[in-house]
Amino acid sequence: MANIQIANVSKTYAGDIHAVKSVNIDIADGEFIVLVGPSGCGKSTLLRMIAGLETITSGTASIGGKIVNKVEPAERDIAMVFQNYALYPHMSVYANMAYGLKNRGTPKAEIDARVKEAVRMLELEPYLDRKPRALSGGQRQRVAMGRAIVRKPAAFLFDEPLSNLDAKLRVSMRGEIKQLQKRLGTTSLYVTHDQLEAMTLADRLVVLNRGEVEQIGTPLDVYHNPASTFVAGFIGSPAMNLVNVEITGQTIAFGDQTISVENRTLPQGKSTLGIRPEDLRLAQDGSGFAFHVDYIEELGAQRLVHGHASGTPLTVTLSSEVALPEDIRLSVLAEKLHFFSAETGKRITA
Amino acid sequence: MKKYIDHLILIIGVVFMMGPVVVAFMTSTHDAAEIHMQGLMTTWGGHFAETYDEVLFEKGGFTGQVTGLAMLKNSFILGIGFAVGKIVLSMLAAYGIVYFRFRMGVVFFWMIFTTLLLPLEVRILPSYMVMSKLHLIDTYSGLIVPLLASATGTFYFRQFFKSVPDELLEAARIDGAGPFKFFIDILVPLSRNMVAAIFVIMFVYGWNQYLWPMLMTTDESFFTLVRGIKQILLVWVGSQIPDYNQAFALAVLAMLPPILVVIIFQSWFIKGLTESDK
Repeated sequence: MANIQIANVSKTYAGDIHAVKSVNIDIADGEFIVLVGPSGCGKSTLLRMIAGLETITSGTASIGGKIVNKVEPAERDIAMVFQNYALYPHMSVYANMAYGLKNRGTPKAEIDARVKEAVRMLELEPYLDRKPRALSGGQRQRVAMGRAIVRKPAAFLFDEPLSNLDAKLRVSMRGEIKQLQKRLGTTSLYVTHDQLEAMTLADRLVVLNRGEVEQIGTPLDVYHNPASTFVAGFIGSPAMNLVNVEITGQTIAFGDQTISVENRTLPQGKSTLGIRPEDLRLAQDGSGFAFHVDYIEELGAQRLVHGHASGTPLTVTLSSEVALPEDIRLSVLAEKLHFFSAETGKRITA
Repeated sequence: MKKYIDHLILIIGVVFMMGPVVVAFMTSTHDAAEIHMQGLMTTWGGHFAETYDEVLFEKGGFTGQVTGLAMLKNSFILGIGFAVGKIVLSMLAAYGIVYFRFRMGVVFFWMIFTTLLLPLEVRILPSYMVMSKLHLIDTYSGLIVPLLASATGTFYFRQFFKSVPDELLEAARIDGAGPFKFFIDILVPLSRNMVAAIFVIMFVYGWNQYLWPMLMTTDESFFTLVRGIKQILLVWVGSQIPDYNQAFALAVLAMLPPILVVIIFQSWFIKGLTESDK
């Protein structure tokens, strides 16, 4: 077990492509960090640099206080779980798990003990002699996890390990990974593009965009205080509504409508207003602003109402109890409004 | 109805392909004089045991030193040496080309590939000269080594290695497998269907070599079956009738091992050339 430090790490490919731009992350021992971002944001590249599968152009990565820039992947004391599992197709489940230990010259008895333990933990006992091709996707994923566990590494690196599974399995495997990591207490770095996976798994989230860190924080912190319009739009489903507004005094103007807000100081002038779909309410007796319903997505307990207010598209989460007319009025919760700079997209803290 | 037509077509195909083989076998069971008078036979002649015994164990040839069995052995050495050598060499070459980034890797690949345009027949003189200077005439090494470089094999293995997912290499690297271990533990077992397929092709190719052994060996103890057949028919001296029966028997014997190899390896052969097990 170890902490991981990523200091000013950059990756530049030939042709001046900056995949990762001077990223700094301090990962504490035993922490579960999730790197999340859209495809092409550099999250996998960053993970692969820590694994040693890509060279680090500049900056340093250290595992357990030791700089590992020039260290071979096998000597970094890490284990990696790949998106397509990368199991050795010609080896049995047992051999797949034992291979890394065997290469390290671990005594046979110990290999056996460790594999048996991992197999019990992952409930793979009946499949020890099977080849990967005779396993289901979820089982293969577990074997890949087992291969990482038996090594007892300083850190686990996960590269979108659940992307190839169907939705239901993904949810249950997500839970298993979380539990396993809690039980083993191994520092983990997990890459995903799925913000829900990121929210549910992470002790802390690292939101990446175009090779740069947009925000680092606990899932709730990132959710409630997104640092930029990018984070606001990326974390949370359905995504936060972002509206260009102009503020004078306590009045927020957008399109030809205004919202009056009390009990809060507002940033004056042009800015981007962010409001989560669940923070919009049906307004009583003609207050609030006018909203035209375009279509409704029923989710069972709730419904997603898509529509627009003065030409601005908005999504609202409403209870599905009430019947909705086409034109309704909505109100906002003042303390739930987020403001971002119109120029930089960064959060404006009042 | 369609099923019967399908079967009819297949049966015609079988008869067409097998006919000459059956005729050769039947003819080989008659004695030479009978064949000389009546030509090819389609009936059982009754001299099976003695002809084949004579072909296999009796010393013959120009010097009277070489038996059919010895020729069979030579053919096997040539066929297996060929197949194994070509596979080892082309696998290593393909491994180098696919997994190691070295200067002009692509150039080297295409250089290997263009040797397809230079079959043995084109480079007989220089090849012979090299072997002769190295004093490898009349040796097994001289028979086998000059033909080992295989562009076809290298190309097949290159394509196969390229289709192996990169993650396997990465997983192996993290698991502490160096280049050698990765090759032996991962790539070679994954390639086994491919190896079997190429083994079949190369074995048959080596077994049927005629021109090169004829040039490289003058010592009859290096004769292969394919050359032996020709040798029997060469004794057309005076009123002596060539041992047609023996020639046919040798031909039948020469056919057997390649057929066996194909039959034994056929399921791997098809898998190796059509599907990939990844």
